[in-house]
Amino acid sequence: MSISVAPPGTSTPDTGTPDTTADAAQPTNRDESPVRGRRRSLVPPRWVSLIAVLGIWQAASSTGVLPTNLLASPITIAQTGARLIVSGELLGAVQVSLGRVAVGLVLGLLAGTVLGLLTGLSRWGDALVDPPLQALRTLPHLGLVPLFILWFGIGELPKVLLIALGVMFPIYLNLHSAVRGVDRGLLEVARVNDVGPGRTLREIIFPSVTAPMLVALRQALSIAWLTLIVSEQVNASSGLGYMINNARDFLQTDVIVVGLVVYAALGLISDGIVRLIEARTLAWRAGTVLR
Amino acid sequence: MTTTSTSTATPDTANTETSTPDTTVTPAVSIRSLTRSFGDHVVLDGLDLTIHPGEFVALLGRSGSGKSTLLRVVAGLDDEATGTVAVAGPASVAFQQPRLLPWQRVWRNVTFGLPRAEATRTRAQAALTELDLADLGDRWPATLSGGQAQRVSLSRALVREPKLLLLDEPFGALDALTRLTLHDVLEGLWRRHGFAVLLVTHDVDEAVRLADRLLVLKDGRIHADRANTAPRPHDREATEPLRRLILNDLGVTQP
Repeated sequence: MSISVAPPGTSTPDTGTPDTTADAAQPTNRDESPVRGRRRSLVPPRWVSLIAVLGIWQAASSTGVLPTNLLASPITIAQTGARLIVSGELLGAVQVSLGRVAVGLVLGLLAGTVLGLLTGLSRWGDALVDPPLQALRTLPHLGLVPLFILWFGIGELPKVLLIALGVMFPIYLNLHSAVRGVDRGLLEVARVNDVGPGRTLREIIFPSVTAPMLVALRQALSIAWLTLIVSEQVNASSGLGYMINNARDFLQTDVIVVGLVVYAALGLISDGIVRLIEARTLAWRAGTVLR
Repeated sequence: MTTTSTSTATPDTANTETSTPDTTVTPAVSIRSLTRSFGDHVVLDGLDLTIHPGEFVALLGRSGSGKSTLLRVVAGLDDEATGTVAVAGPASVAFQQPRLLPWQRVWRNVTFGLPRAEATRTRAQAALTELDLADLGDRWPATLSGGQAQRVSLSRALVREPKLLLLDEPFGALDALTRLTLHDVLEGLWRRHGFAVLLVTHDVDEAVRLADRLLVLKDGRIHADRANTAPRPHDREATEPLRRLILNDLGVTQP
């Protein structure tokens, strides 16, 4: 009997749905602003909840529910941010941290590119260089911090090298497989047209690997920032991590949050730059999308 | 283009076949005892072949008979074959797929076959115009139709002013109408430029329509070497007996 009971049970929500199906059954009305506009006004804009969270946070801080030594209020954080910018303290810290990421990124890019091309283009290189790199890759590079401190001390060198190491692997792995995956048909076209190795590299292999390399670069950037944050936490006498660590000692939660926001902003900006490069260099793909 | 022979002379040389080689002119292609095996499987087994300048040769054979392998050897894409292969003058290749560089505009794709100093827009434009592609020079390859892309591929082959054009089923991936149009285009180009053609195809109609000499590859050698004596353009009626002969050579029994 339960079977016969079930249909009425399901039919109850069914009677509810005709309302919405009636609306959905008028796809021609979609463009008519009155209907659409009235419906949309019921849905709150996306920023509302964000403002609400900030408001609740501010209220909790102001009433003392949320103690300042656990988390500063949004307004305090904004004021502290402004103060740190005006005093130049923030800019100095950002410059130091940005410098570490930039040097580490360049070193890692160079190493990853050279190794990726070597193993991608040469069978010998692949046979000799790829196995140790694949083995090294399984090590979490952030776990190497203690060893790096023992080897390179606590100055700039271990931080930069750790970033370089973290950056190297995504670049290497992606470039290696991208070079291996270059369309053999195009390489044959180069061969039958007497196109030399230099021009083949420039006009076939480099353009082929550009798209995967840019994806790898975005991956490498997020690893670079993460590595920076970790290595600056461990030991630093300058930079954003130093500023954050210092603030921790004085329970300045506002400064800590400002530092975190700046980390996030730097990550977003650098990712945006790569995406801009992507849009510029891969213009030929636009045609693919249009069709 | 000094060794270019006229298209009317070509059928005569084809008739004589390889037994009486023309000693006054260097052959476009000269192959002696060519052998190529993949593992234990011998695909080309001591093959001999001479193609004369300006000759339009179609190479037929069943699937796996080694016709593409032979073309790749002549194109210099096979390093493992043994025997001697001599090719006179620049050769060009067009494949079944257009194989254009997607990141270079059409005209740059055309000049890819030229040394950098000669790779000018003017050269590209001339080659494109000849294939009715004059307006497409600035397009990206991804925006072309299959027929247009294959024409660009032919432009790239032609811009080198080859003495030998190697075609590996160049129309195999195209629709029937585009294929017929490109047959006429290719015949026109061949008449004007006088290069020798080695056309690998599985399509007997296409071979009979275009070629003056039809080769059937079987058991690693040239099994049949037949001249197409029909006047150009080769029409269906005149070439019907030859078509039946070739089908017979290929082992297709007809009612």
